Amino acid sequence: MSDTSTKHDAFLRVEDLRVHFPTADGVVKATDGLSFELARGKTLGIVGESGSGKSVSSSAILGLHRGTRAQVSGQILLEDVDLLQLSDEEMRRRRGLDVAMIFQDPLSAMHPYYTVGNQLVEAYRVHNNVSKKAARTRAIEMLERVGIPQPDRRVDDYPHQFSGGMRQRAMIAMGLINNPGLLIADEPTTALDVTVQAQILDLLQDLQREFNSAIIIITHDLGVVAEMADQVLVMYAGKAVEYGPTKELLVRPEMPYTWGLLSSVPDVTADTDSKLIPIPGNPPSLLNPPSGCAFHPRCPHKDKVPGRLCWTVQPELVPGRQGMGHLKRCHLPDPDQVYALEVLPEFDPELASELAQARIPDPAADAAAGPAAGPAAGTAAGTATPDTADERDAQ
Amino acid sequence: MFAYLVRRIIGGIVLLIVMSLVTFALFFASPVNPADFSCGKNCSPAQKKQTAAALGFDDNFFNQWADFGKGVFVGRDFPDDPKLRETAPETIAHCPAPCLGYSRERTANVTSLIKETLPVSVSLAILAFIIWIVGGVLFGVIAALRRGTIIDRGLVGISLVLYAFPTFFVGLLLYKFVAIKWGWVDIPRYETIADGGITGWASSLILPAITLAVFFMAAYVRMTRAYVIESLSEDYVRTARAKGLPARAVTFKHALRAALTPIVTMAGLDFAGLLGGAIITESVFNYPGLGKLAVQANRDYDLPTLVGLVLLLAAFVIIANIIVDVLYAVIDPRVRLS
Amino acid sequence: MTTEPVDELKPHPETSSLTGTPILEVEDLKMYFPVKSSGFLRRTIGHVQAVDGVSFQVRSGSSLGLVGESGCGKSTTGRLITRLYEPTAGRIEFDGRDIANLSERELHPLRRDIQMIFQDPYTSLNPRHTVGAIVGAPLAIHKVVPKDKILARVQELLEIVGLNPEHYNRYPHEFSGGQRQRIGIARALTLQPKLLVADEPVSALDVSIQAQVVNLLQDLQREFNIAFLFVAHDLAIVRHFCPEIAVMYLGKIVEIGDRETLYARPNHPYTQALLSAVPDVKQAKVGGRRERIRLEGDLPSPINPPSGCRFRTRCPIAQDICARVEPPLLQVGPTHKVACHFPGEVGKHPEKPITPRLLGVDDSGMPDLAAGPATDLPTGPGYSDTWFDLEHNTMGRA
Repeated sequence: MSDTSTKHDAFLRVEDLRVHFPTADGVVKATDGLSFELARGKTLGIVGESGSGKSVSSSAILGLHRGTRAQVSGQILLEDVDLLQLSDEEMRRRRGLDVAMIFQDPLSAMHPYYTVGNQLVEAYRVHNNVSKKAARTRAIEMLERVGIPQPDRRVDDYPHQFSGGMRQRAMIAMGLINNPGLLIADEPTTALDVTVQAQILDLLQDLQREFNSAIIIITHDLGVVAEMADQVLVMYAGKAVEYGPTKELLVRPEMPYTWGLLSSVPDVTADTDSKLIPIPGNPPSLLNPPSGCAFHPRCPHKDKVPGRLCWTVQPELVPGRQGMGHLKRCHLPDPDQVYALEVLPEFDPELASELAQARIPDPAADAAAGPAAGPAAGTAAGTATPDTADERDAQ
Repeated sequence: MFAYLVRRIIGGIVLLIVMSLVTFALFFASPVNPADFSCGKNCSPAQKKQTAAALGFDDNFFNQWADFGKGVFVGRDFPDDPKLRETAPETIAHCPAPCLGYSRERTANVTSLIKETLPVSVSLAILAFIIWIVGGVLFGVIAALRRGTIIDRGLVGISLVLYAFPTFFVGLLLYKFVAIKWGWVDIPRYETIADGGITGWASSLILPAITLAVFFMAAYVRMTRAYVIESLSEDYVRTARAKGLPARAVTFKHALRAALTPIVTMAGLDFAGLLGGAIITESVFNYPGLGKLAVQANRDYDLPTLVGLVLLLAAFVIIANIIVDVLYAVIDPRVRLS
Repeated sequence: MTTEPVDELKPHPETSSLTGTPILEVEDLKMYFPVKSSGFLRRTIGHVQAVDGVSFQVRSGSSLGLVGESGCGKSTTGRLITRLYEPTAGRIEFDGRDIANLSERELHPLRRDIQMIFQDPYTSLNPRHTVGAIVGAPLAIHKVVPKDKILARVQELLEIVGLNPEHYNRYPHEFSGGQRQRIGIARALTLQPKLLVADEPVSALDVSIQAQVVNLLQDLQREFNIAFLFVAHDLAIVRHFCPEIAVMYLGKIVEIGDRETLYARPNHPYTQALLSAVPDVKQAKVGGRRERIRLEGDLPSPINPPSGCRFRTRCPIAQDICARVEPPLLQVGPTHKVACHFPGEVGKHPEKPITPRLLGVDDSGMPDLAAGPATDLPTGPGYSDTWFDLEHNTMGRA
């Protein structure tokens, strides 16, 4: 994933994006200093729970906060044009043409009073000066492309006459009708059944290949991210807490919140006797975010950080142990070891040992780390191993 | 659709029949004998009985109701009692179908009483309806689009104040100042279209229509505002913006269309209710409409007129209900009439 | 398992929960919702066959999971068990008594024993009542504790579900989604039910909160020996929670069995497709999409379900027989039943249907006199000691 380090060829580059909502009780910092970038043909997965700011941020890219009380600052560079500097009218002309969005619930996201075709035609004619007839032909063509059977007939149906999966297909057809370079998919499959979800994800990938578009997929489902995204951005309390290539981030996560997300979801192959390991507590208030690291009230590892750093100092988003491409916002000095020795064995012992073996084929380290956890991992394994072994004994 | 309409109309007719039965039963249950009113204060029991017979009130209520029903379809002659008709042929009054009864107090058929007064009430209702719908929806939409601004607060505040004023008070104010003191319009007196043309008709109605509209308009401003605000936050409005539609198209084509659907329902029923007469407004302006007739009939215990009016109003509401439901299906494709 | 009969040998730990005494036994349960014509007389022109002949058991203190996609009838089944609907046909035997056709009054005492947890913690709690009133209401209605003891019991319950007992005076909107679901659980626990029907109890919650609630439900189950009918679409959570799982498709159970067998060696093509469709975090290592069985098209209408096997219109291995004859829910292992003419693990489905001899038809599903009369297959709930041995194509025995 070289595209994170080479800035100039990024198709979309978001710098220090902030979306603040002034309320009677104070400022809600829904997004607070978010930066990422995305190349054409690539997919970024934004993961987080409700209130983490993932949907707010993507709405900001589309300029949907214009005309509301929200205060948006930072830079959103789409092919080097800062979308935040555009006039309302200029931004409107780009919506649906350069950037399109599909939403979670296609039933409520399509207007119940207009036919599907009507809504597609509208989306096309806003940006293309063509006749209604030509637009209709285009709409039927798009419906066919997204796999709706008998598109020439279904084009005149109303959204409620479509099934859930068909509606989401129609929504995708509407999003892509102007061939936008960037498609933002906000929880595109959350409201759908798994077999339909699989169809929709297949479709999104096919279309991405065909149109070479950049996709931002917002979801809470790490499985979807694992299968769809090239890059992952984990959000917590309006900030990115971990950001990196999917292969890196989901295999060797370095931030306790990401660990929590991974361990709180059961796996279809996991041991059924083991308990799920939830993240304790509740998501934070955005009005009064916790001091220091926003995650510290829920973090089971904060005591491993010397002093009261987690309470007092907000960690920076900096490269972790696995190189420049993988950023994390955490004070833990040795996250890879904590993960390999304490976190992973709890919810995926198989991967724990596999991962460790892949990294250190050293039988001595193996013995030192103890049989249950597998060998210690980490690039500085030579010195770290005795420490971690002590840590395990202490528990 | 057609089957639905037939079913609804039959249902409406059944409902009307039941309502007429209930109305009759209620009047029968009342402790006051209507014959007392016709006969006067110093009536002997024998006279009372005779009057009751003359009016047909001596029969049991089911028979009276059946006679009434017959009258609606084929007409009838009053008094019903053949003996009385022989002894006092000068009192015979013919009441052609559709006969809703005969009012002794007013020596007139209820149907013709209604025919005289209905145009006044209908005219008033139409004009008031136009004023309140245009004003209510317009101001409601403006308030919703300018939510949180001074315009919004002003509109909502004013409508709250107007809503709080009793109708008779607003009516009297308008009467006193606009018509009498400032003389901007003539002293309101009802004029038919035939007499005064459209402008004469309208200007003769303007003050009572405004009086009536003010109350409804205040309610509609608040209602419209609430629905528009709700629909502006709908997902499909966000989709419309995300497509890049201009703000005007988003507001009018997407948000308003959905917001106005429930208002259509409310407006239809409110209008139907008004057709039955605006009692207070007609009384304040002394307009000879159904409302005023109802007040008088009530005062005189004029049972036949009251029954006729109640059933007329019921019919209006039932018809309006059917129309509103059909309209709803026309506006919202998700609604299927079945 | 506390209720396990003592005279049986201690079986394999995994199947132990499948041998307890059933507290709920459902046989051939059907729920048809009438569909009215739009004509003048509004005749009933058809039925939505929401649930069509479902049989299963839930054992005391254990859990049965019902999974399937929307419209498969799993929620309707849950509602039938709590008797929110009256079933069209079938038997619901709860604690030795058939409750399928009891009147509302006869049901009243039973409502204590069967409680429900709903999906949406936002709409299932009355916003105008305090938490204390919500949780305490069942106590007052069923007059189980004296009035002055209700508060103490409510606080105890709040404590059990992990809420601050001092918060009994607050209103639902003052709590987060996960906390509200805890309130819903406390309410369901108030009367110490024997069976809880949980309809998608965690799907409206955030991922990190889901695990909290699932763990809570498991703790409560162990502590109070509550049986669960766990209705959910999330296959991983159902597997985590329930030792036995039934997969439903279009109103019927297509496969039922202990979780190890069902998830590791599913025999029905629908179960296989369902399992393969779940996105997998582990795929991150490899990158790209996982190999999966792709289902084409949409769910057919439950008003006019396909003839024969209901899944055949989307089934990758369907043959002629599937359109002609409905496959029976055939026991193929000690605790495993499957309704398919070609049962087998992925890629190992038999070439020829295994059912014709049992059903008295030929391989294409036409009636076959030579095949002899149809065998009487057991269709009831639970498992028997004999089953159809797929390897030898005969009825076998453990």
